[in-house]
Amino acid sequence: MITPAAIVAVASSAALVILGLALILAVWRVVAGPTLPDRILALDMLTGIAIGFIAVIAVKTGFSLYIDIAISLGLVGFLATVAFARFVLSRGNITSKPSASATNGNTQQRAGGKKR
Amino acid sequence: MIDYIVAAITALLLLVGALFALAAAIGLVRLPDLYTRMHSASKAGTVGSGLLLLAAGLYSQDPAILARAVAGFIFFLLTAPVSAHLLAKAAHRSGYDLDALSVRDDIRDR
Repeated sequence: MITPAAIVAVASSAALVILGLALILAVWRVVAGPTLPDRILALDMLTGIAIGFIAVIAVKTGFSLYIDIAISLGLVGFLATVAFARFVLSRGNITSKPSASATNGNTQQRAGGKKR
Repeated sequence: MIDYIVAAITALLLLVGALFALAAAIGLVRLPDLYTRMHSASKAGTVGSGLLLLAAGLYSQDPAILARAVAGFIFFLLTAPVSAHLLAKAAHRSGYDLDALSVRDDIRDR
């Protein structure tokens, strides 16, 4: 007869393997992502996968305190993504040339500038 | 008997959550531009980590721990659209274009 602990042990080992594959794919996007927002999005995804890892470890070891760690990691990841998005916004428009800033760049800088 | 039911539901939630996270990561690699990648990562990724948290809360068989896991899931469900929308707005406003495959851009009237 299969015990309940054995069922959960097999499932959590399989979940760890699948999450490891997902982690490798997300890290590939962080390294290869052509633009900065792609990398920020992949870092956000990495935070989500790390939360999943922590939850699986909580099931595997039986320490329920790991769930609190996962919640606080989610809070930190949300704040990091918001801060990175503000950084992308405050960096200004990437398509406007530096020489055109006297005529055209003024309105564009207000559209993506530091005032918001 | 109740142990077997809890173990089966926990195992199902673990596998489904991990597969959701894998689907989100595959979408992150395979989709053509930032906005479609965001569609994959912020929806499927949130559901994946949320289901794994729910599995951890359910397996403990303690209402206080289950309540914390559900609170964490709700927190992720509330924050993921906010951060994704903020990042998409910032990227679109600073000139990162949609992929050439896209047919419609309502902000830029194209």
